[in-house]
Formats: sequence, C-alpha cells, structure tokens
Amino acid sequence: MATPQTMFEKIWDRHVIVTRGGNECLLHIDRNFVHEGSFHAFGALARDGRKVRKPRQTIAVADHYAPTRNREQGINAVTDPEMRNMVDLLAKNVAANDIDRYYDLDSPQQGIVHVIGPELGITQPGLVITVADSHTSTHGAFGAIAFGLGASQLKQILATQCLWQKKPKLMRITVDGAIPAGVTAKDIILAVIAKIGTAGATGHAIEYAGSAMRALSMEGRLTVCNMSIEAGARCGMVAPDDTTYAYLNGRHYAPRDALWDQALAHWRSLPGDDGARFDKEVSLDVSKLEPMVTWGTSPEQALMIGATVPDPARGANAEQRTQLEQAVKYMGLTPGMPLADIKIDNAFIGTCTNGRLDDLRAAAAVLKGRKIVVKGWVSPGSTTIKRQAEAEGLDRIFKDAGFEWRASGCSSCVAMSGDTVPAGERCASTSNRNFEGRQGKGARTHLMSPAMVAAAAITGKLTDVRTLTGGK
Amino acid sequence: MEAFTKLTAIAAPLDMANCDTDKIIPGRFLRKLRGPGYDKLAFHDIRFNADGSEHPDFVLNKTPFRNAKILVAAVNFGCGSSREAAVYVMWDFGIRCVIAPSFGDIHYGNELQNGMLPVVLPDEVCAKLRAQLNAQPGAAISVDLDAQKVTGPDGAHYAFAIDANSKERLLKGLDDIGLVMQYSAEIEAFERRHLSAMPWLA
Repeated sequence: MATPQTMFEKIWDRHVIVTRGGNECLLHIDRNFVHEGSFHAFGALARDGRKVRKPRQTIAVADHYAPTRNREQGINAVTDPEMRNMVDLLAKNVAANDIDRYYDLDSPQQGIVHVIGPELGITQPGLVITVADSHTSTHGAFGAIAFGLGASQLKQILATQCLWQKKPKLMRITVDGAIPAGVTAKDIILAVIAKIGTAGATGHAIEYAGSAMRALSMEGRLTVCNMSIEAGARCGMVAPDDTTYAYLNGRHYAPRDALWDQALAHWRSLPGDDGARFDKEVSLDVSKLEPMVTWGTSPEQALMIGATVPDPARGANAEQRTQLEQAVKYMGLTPGMPLADIKIDNAFIGTCTNGRLDDLRAAAAVLKGRKIVVKGWVSPGSTTIKRQAEAEGLDRIFKDAGFEWRASGCSSCVAMSGDTVPAGERCASTSNRNFEGRQGKGARTHLMSPAMVAAAAITGKLTDVRTLTGGK
Repeated sequence: MEAFTKLTAIAAPLDMANCDTDKIIPGRFLRKLRGPGYDKLAFHDIRFNADGSEHPDFVLNKTPFRNAKILVAAVNFGCGSSREAAVYVMWDFGIRCVIAPSFGDIHYGNELQNGMLPVVLPDEVCAKLRAQLNAQPGAAISVDLDAQKVTGPDGAHYAFAIDANSKERLLKGLDDIGLVMQYSAEIEAFERRHLSAMPWLA
C-alpha cells in the first residue's frame, strides 16, 4: 500500500514541476493575486523587460489604500498624493500586463484580497495560491496551499507562474469540543496562538482538524486560517467537506455542470489519509473556552476576558520579563488589573480576519437597540458584503448604535489608507495584529471577535459579550 | 543580486524578541518609493522621537553601531507582515547580515532574495553575542558563508546551517528567475498535464 499522505502533501506533490538539489521544488502557482503594495515587483519586472506570463491566472484588487470614506468619489477620495500614486500604479501595471481580472475602487466586487478570493469562487480546494501579503494563509480554509511572500518572489511568479520553494514541515492542530455560546473562530485562533506562541509554527504548514473545526462555517474557518501567520506558520489549511462545497457552488468562478462534478470528485480525494504523519501535533479542547482578548503587543499575549493583566515579574526569564514589561508599558496598563477594567476609545470592525457577513451579523446582534459610547467604524470585508449587509438592514443597526458605516478596504488593520487610531488611544479591533504602532503610531490595539468589539463599544471597556447577550 | 561570501563588520545587538516587520518599517511608509533617504525609515518609530530627533537609547543611534553591517537579534526576527521593504530599509542602512535564533519565514526568504544573509544560531549563542557587543561597542563579527561559520568578538566559532540551494545563490549572486528559465520545457509540459487533469482551472 502507498504511504499515507497528508492533504498538504497531496496538493504539494501535484504542483511540483521539478526538484533541484534534493529539497527545493519548482512549484506551479494556480492563482496569484496582486494589490497596490505589489508595485515593487511590477517595477522590477518592467526593469528586466519582462511582462506577466499568465495574466489569466493573475487577479488584481485595490484594497490596502482603498479609501473607506467618500468612496462614491472613486479615486478622488484618495487625497494624499503618495497613496493615490499607489492606486494609480496598480491600474497602470494591470493595464501594461493585460490583467483583465482587476477589481478597482469602483468595482462592485472590490474588497480585501483575502475576502474576495473566496467570495468570487477563485479560491478553491487543491490549488496553490499566492499573494504578496502575509494573510494569504486565509485561503487555506478551502483546503488550498496558500502562502504570502515578498516582492522578489512575487516578481518571480509574475514572470514565470512558478516559484522555488522548500517543502515546510507539517503541524496538525486538532480542535475538539463543543464550541460554547459566545465563543467564535476568533477566540479559537487566539487561544491557539496563546498556546503555541507567535513562533510556535515557524517553518510549518498547519492543518486544522477536529470536531470543532468541522463545526465551523467557512467564514469561521477563514478566520482561523487567516491568523495562522500570527503563529508563525507558512500556511493554514482545513480539509474541504460539504460545508466547503456548499459555499463554493454557484460562485462566479466556481466550475459548473460537468466540470463541477469533475472538480468535486477531485476535491473529495484531497483530505489526508488515515495514518498520515505530521512533524508536530497540538490539540486544544474548546469546550471550556471563554471569549478572548489580547492585552499586549503580540498576538500571543491573549487571555480569556475574565483574566487579569500579567505581572512581568513572573516572566520565565530575563528576556521574557523585558518583553512583558515593554508590552505593559506601551499598552499603558497596570499588572494585576482585570482585563474587563480596560477602557477603550475606539471600536473597529472589519478586515480579512473578521469582515465577512457572519461577522457583521454577530456584531449587529449585540448592538441592536443599544448605543455605543466610543468612536466606532465598520469597514465590510468587500463591497459585495457591504451590499448584502445593507439588504439585511445591518447598516441601520450599526448606524443607529453610533457606528460609522464605511466602504470596504484594509482600513485600520494596516492603517495604510489613513484610517489610523490616534497615539495613546485604545482600540477594540477585529483585526489580526496588536503590534506597537500597527493601527497608527502610538496606537494601542486589543484584538477580539466582532461580538466582543460590539460589547466593548457599548460599555466603553473590554467586556464579556455574554453579559450583554444573556449567555452568562 | 549582490553576492554574499564573507563579511567582517561591526555588529549591533538588537535586544528585542519578536521584532516584527512593522517595527522595521511602519506601514505608513510603505507608499514611499525607494530612493535617497530610504535608510532613514529603518526602525523609524523606535529610532526617532516624534519631533524627528534621534532616540538616544536606540542601538543604531549609538556611535559605533551607526556603521553596523551585522545585526544580532532575538527570537522570531521579522515576524508579521510580508513587506519586503523591511529588507530594503535595512539594506539601505547598511545591514548585510542578520543573526537571530529564529526568523519569520517570509522575512527569512525576503532577506535571501536580496543578497542579505539570515543566520540562525541557538538562542543562548545569540544572547551571548549580544552581551559581548553591548560590553564592547564597535566589536566586529565575521561571517563566512562558504564555511558556514560565524566568529564572535572573542574569536569563538559557531557553525550555522543553511539550505544548499540558498547558499549557492547567495555565493554566486544568482537570481531565481534565471534558474526557473532553465526548465522552460518542463514547465510547459507540466502546465499542459495540469490543465488537462483539472480543466475547470482553464
């Protein structure tokens, strides 16, 4: 009998063109997305006198610098000349390279690259997908190998549609247990990162398995895979199943009719074989998990909402103590204070982590009939989601509560479009990184689920959402 | 790409675990085109005060370390965002080699792609090197890629591992695209097979 293979190995092997020097594989890239930040790679490509080799396998979208206010003005809403240049450069590079699949600021399908890939049915099981963006791991929720890279490797893909890669090690994270009410995919992935650390999966591809993962919607699986990079992983994956196929069926780029049947048969062969070997195994029982928040400046500094700010003096070694001290200082906290006493100034809902329709519904369910006491804004993950939310009346709930209802883009997650959090202010955020300065110089970020951001916005401090929804 | 063979240079200790690429270049600077002054963006927000003056405690603002070509960092250097500009700003500052116990995977690849050598040495070795550099500011470290050897300020040798292909590329300054082009026939044959097996991707 053949050696049992993991899902990763099945997909990887199918994409290897040649192997060089024993361990370096030339991989075929099925789909490659570009965004405004890809200008370095396009520039280098042009300087070499080259063009994009496979424009039809290249999808372009404006997201990082997308203005979330005054969007009806299109590009004119981008008032900063350098930001405007970023959006203009993408348009020029797309035109110069005959890329037809381009979702510009005015496109009804525009959105964050990791949201529109799945939404349009471009992201499919069994593919190898790349984007010059670390959150490319998101797409792995469909059972694809999807990873981020820098400008030089992007240039290589644009020029050749191939990439030299060493096969990563494999880690399986098995998430079991019934997911308690008020606990979401975001809480699960924050718990995983808190457990293994931000370098816990460095050099590894993660496959998420277990009953809790199977129970998650595609939206939830996308949230979990999205933050795999925050655990250091090369990529994160979930084996495709009926949830995956039901999500894909009928999407714009999904196969139809006989091709659908053929694709489905292939997709069903992708889950790993029984007995397949992983280099590392981690397990997590979520049945006792409570809503999570980050208190510090690294995603691993996450705790259940009932906990207190750690005492740096209790760090395991000098290096860790210094790191904890710096985090407590930057965040303006006092060791020992309950997390639920931390007052916030801003609330942000959106991003490739938590900007999907399910996320907006979860936040709106908490906000309905209530008012927020801080500045709050919502930037849906895509323009399509924005329309869907409006059709359901979610925009009214957000606006009535006091949230600003904005257009789609990366917004205050990466704070490149001008959507920044002022220095010294604190933001409850559905984003993925609480690094120093991530949401703006001196800004303080607390990561949590959309429902938890809604709860914090209502009370003005970090709050267990279950106290508002009757779940506790 | 510039080749990397051997380097003996002033090394600066960066005593900071999980130094993410947002720290190496904050997001608001990613819209700047690479050109004169780009080196000023390296570690900007921990290097400069709000008024633009230098933060005196930051290691690269101290006299001998201004000329550092090697950084000795702590665990998980370059984690987070995939921004290759993190390599560009360090390169423009003068850094050619980063020694750390571990790197963010994407950043590690980005350094290699630009002729910058990422060296992985054990946590305790990096901590010892940083302590020596803090004690003797301006001390040099030698890095020999061919021999896969680092020599500390005290003359102690440390062997490091690097993938054979990455090493060859760095030693010769080879560019990945050239290496791909040698396989054009295999690539075209692969693409025909791949699309006929998965016609829904056409």
